[in-house]
Amino acid sequence: MLSIDSIEKGVVIDHIKAGKAMQIYSYLNLDVLDCSVAVIKNAKSAKLGKKDIIKIEDRIDVDLNILGYMDPNITVNVIEGGMITSKLKLTLPDRLVNVIKCKNPRCVTSIEQEIAHVFKLSDKQQKVYRCVYCEQEQK
Amino acid sequence: MRHVIEPTDLTLEEQSELIAEASLIMRNPSRYAEVCRGKILASLFYEPSTRTRLSFESAMISLGGSVIGFASGDVSSAAKGESIADTIRVAGCYADICAIRHPKEGSALVASQFSTIPVINAGDGGHEHPTQTYTDILTINAVKGRLENMTVGLCGDLKFGRTVHSLIKTLSLHPGNKFLLASPEELAIPDYIKWILRDRGCEFEETRDLEGAIGKMDILYMTRVQKERFFNEEDYVRLKDSYILDMAKLEGAKPDLAILHPLPRVNEISVEVDKDPRAVYFYQAMCGKFVRMALIKKLLDL
Repeated sequence: MLSIDSIEKGVVIDHIKAGKAMQIYSYLNLDVLDCSVAVIKNAKSAKLGKKDIIKIEDRIDVDLNILGYMDPNITVNVIEGGMITSKLKLTLPDRLVNVIKCKNPRCVTSIEQEIAHVFKLSDKQQKVYRCVYCEQEQK
Repeated sequence: MRHVIEPTDLTLEEQSELIAEASLIMRNPSRYAEVCRGKILASLFYEPSTRTRLSFESAMISLGGSVIGFASGDVSSAAKGESIADTIRVAGCYADICAIRHPKEGSALVASQFSTIPVINAGDGGHEHPTQTYTDILTINAVKGRLENMTVGLCGDLKFGRTVHSLIKTLSLHPGNKFLLASPEELAIPDYIKWILRDRGCEFEETRDLEGAIGKMDILYMTRVQKERFFNEEDYVRLKDSYILDMAKLEGAKPDLAILHPLPRVNEISVEVDKDPRAVYFYQAMCGKFVRMALIKKLLDL
């Protein structure tokens, strides 16, 4: 079995749906970090059968809010001194920037190429986001 | 620096001040004839407009300022593919304030994000049209003497009618207003507006029957079924005559009903209604100039 060293300090993003790790890697902009990042695909999981895991070493200040939108079943463990010091509770982020694209053909984002696609949370219960430009709903 | 992209960019208190100022200007316009001396308005109109563009330009000229700009995207660099972000940055080099109309929803917000001068949204597609709303509330306040505790009917194209969306958002902030929304099913009010009304605890009712609902209304806001908002002409032809206001329909209406229309009218209000004292839509067009004078003055801190 593949072995990845346990980390002294950092963040472990666990129970990622198998195959989704690279997408999360991209949304969290982990490519710009200069610390060690391990992406484990298709690890065995009692709960999911297969799962992906991401381990980020030395950094605990990564903005992980996006995970709440992508998959609320993901668990995030913060590691300090080789121990799990806290488990983060994922919530829906207030804003999504360049995560989803507005599908309204009348929206300015359909012609103005340089601007970010920004959505704000308008209904927590229904998990509804609206484009900040045209207010189109995106579930 | 302030921008006005949607009606709520001015607080209710600021809107009241704006209406008060516009009323003062209306009573004595010559007193304000030099207020904007040396200032320039960039009038960036990417799509056709009569009242909005002319009233903005007339407002700036009446304040002693000057106007530059274009009345169609075809004659600006937009025709060469220039972005809104670039156009507004350039406009900021030549003008002190800008009014922008563009067919895409959210275009004025984009402009404001890149602008070095105050941006006023003069209509962004089917989305927002704040100065029309300020015009509407100035008119309603002048005619009814209040902005609260009214039954407000809105009729016609409630789906794409940006004036309707902006007016509902604003009047729903005033206590005790109820809304009667009369439209064909295909042009019904969007869900996000209903969501706002529910969120603010406002009573509203959707109906297909204008005649049956007109008797309850204090305000009737008519809108045009706009050809340019349809993807195919068949739908437009089928729906354009759905809701026409004539003297027969007005028989059941209150004697102090106020009939507003953002204009242009096609045939949704029969010309015979123009003579009825309840028709205030041409007075409303006049109010548009004064409210824009007050807004330009406010955003330029003059």
